[in-house]
Amino acid sequence: MHKSLTVIALCLSAAGMVAPAHAQSSGTLQKIKDTGTITVGHRESSVPFSYLDANQKPIGYAMDLCAKVVDAVKTELKMPNLQVNYQAVTSQNRIPLMQNGTIDIECGSTTNSVARQQQVGFSVAYFITSVRMGVRKDSGVKDIGDLDGKPVVTTTGTTSDQLIKQNEKGKTINVRNIYGKDHADSFLMVESGRAAAFVMDDILLAGLIASSKNPAAFEIVGPSLRDEPYGVMVRKDDAPFKAIVDKTLVGLMKSGEAEKLYTKWFMNPIPPRNVNLNFQMSPVLKAAFETPTDKGVE
Amino acid sequence: MDYHWDWLFFFRETDDGLKYYDWILSGLGWTTLVSLASLALALALGSALGVMRTTPKRWLVAIGDAYVDVFRNIPLIVQLFMWFFVVPELVPDRLGMWMKQDLPYVVIAVVGLGLYTAARIAEQVKAGINSLSRGQRNAGLALGLTEWQTYRHVRLPMAYRIVLPAMTSEAMNIFKNSAVTYAVGILELYFQYKQIIEKTSQVLEITIVVTLAYFALAFLMNRLLAFIERRTRVPGLIVGGKGSN
Repeated sequence: MHKSLTVIALCLSAAGMVAPAHAQSSGTLQKIKDTGTITVGHRESSVPFSYLDANQKPIGYAMDLCAKVVDAVKTELKMPNLQVNYQAVTSQNRIPLMQNGTIDIECGSTTNSVARQQQVGFSVAYFITSVRMGVRKDSGVKDIGDLDGKPVVTTTGTTSDQLIKQNEKGKTINVRNIYGKDHADSFLMVESGRAAAFVMDDILLAGLIASSKNPAAFEIVGPSLRDEPYGVMVRKDDAPFKAIVDKTLVGLMKSGEAEKLYTKWFMNPIPPRNVNLNFQMSPVLKAAFETPTDKGVE
Repeated sequence: MDYHWDWLFFFRETDDGLKYYDWILSGLGWTTLVSLASLALALALGSALGVMRTTPKRWLVAIGDAYVDVFRNIPLIVQLFMWFFVVPELVPDRLGMWMKQDLPYVVIAVVGLGLYTAARIAEQVKAGINSLSRGQRNAGLALGLTEWQTYRHVRLPMAYRIVLPAMTSEAMNIFKNSAVTYAVGILELYFQYKQIIEKTSQVLEITIVVTLAYFALAFLMNRLLAFIERRTRVPGLIVGGKGSN
């Protein structure tokens, strides 16, 4: 027994020493220049931001935006033949892979939060998601007040109960929180009548509804319980590289190019199944395009 | 790696007014509750099934064998999904709605994990009973005990002693397996682990803490059962180690 305790102690102290032993690398631009490659982190199923098409190629709204960033890097470094690598990431490993240098830029659906800013950096927001409610049309739920005493599902990582309470000042409603292990799971709970509403990012709800068996049976209702900005993830404290990313994105927003890309991915049929998300640009996103910001959500 | 270590985040307040360490403690509580309740169910049902499989009655053996075959060959997470998603759709509507909306999820988790583990305990109890010499049963019957009494007073007490080490590892497994119940909505330690990573991105600190917490739970169980093993040993009858060290 004593032996295994020693091993654990050793592992822990090793883990503790990793941090101070590594100094800040000399910047993403320098790394790209030295290696002649840039590695783009992408997601495999964040429709329509970053996902795989029928040929397993990463596509999406965020991928289109990042392609422009890569072009800007090529121009900046005067390396037209810069090699672009793609690396799939998940919500669990995206931050560690950015920190250890596996990826140089992440183009997915990552919320820019103050907590994450301790670990990584973010570009200006290119999308704002609102936390709202996905319900069955026949459930009669139209607003937060209709949820009193009902089971409400959300996916691991958010507390719908708290969001609902914060937004229903003055009234006392109580909901019973239940949890799905992933978004498909949570949506199934609404589909099967186990939950009255699914509290989640509206764009994710729109995707789940659009690809469900009967999209007409569901709708997104209620006010926004919280707005969350999505940003392109870059390494922390790497101002020169972040400046290129931000300059590119802001340029696209000002020129109207970003809005065209939005229409392409959110208002038209998209691969691989030619589903149309029919997702109107929200007023908060319009405002974010007019005055771009990299402020993170609390 | 430019990792930003921050051990103090455990003391930071979250959305719901609690601190992150409160989430961990609450997760620990649920993990312990689900594990111990499942273990109790598994011991009771597993023992009954194990005994059934050693009786001379063919149909009892068949039921026990079928149970073990079914519950041992399906992955735990699939079994949980069966209880959680499939069964409520197969029963009458009103019962189904009651299962979906009123029955606390922890009941489903305990039943799922308990029935899964029962199959494994049944196998061990059967092996323990079969390892005894036939003379023990015969002597019992010759003394005028009924079949059931030979189990109650002679064969089960001996069999349990023999398989206690195997049951110890089952009891430790149940703590580890309880992590799967997050998938049917139990807010246990693994759920809180995922939730805290999602919110704080302090992956390393929380992984270290949760690893230690699971280790401590399984290790406590191990020590407890090693103690029971020592206390119940019959001198001269079964040769065992002097408690594992």
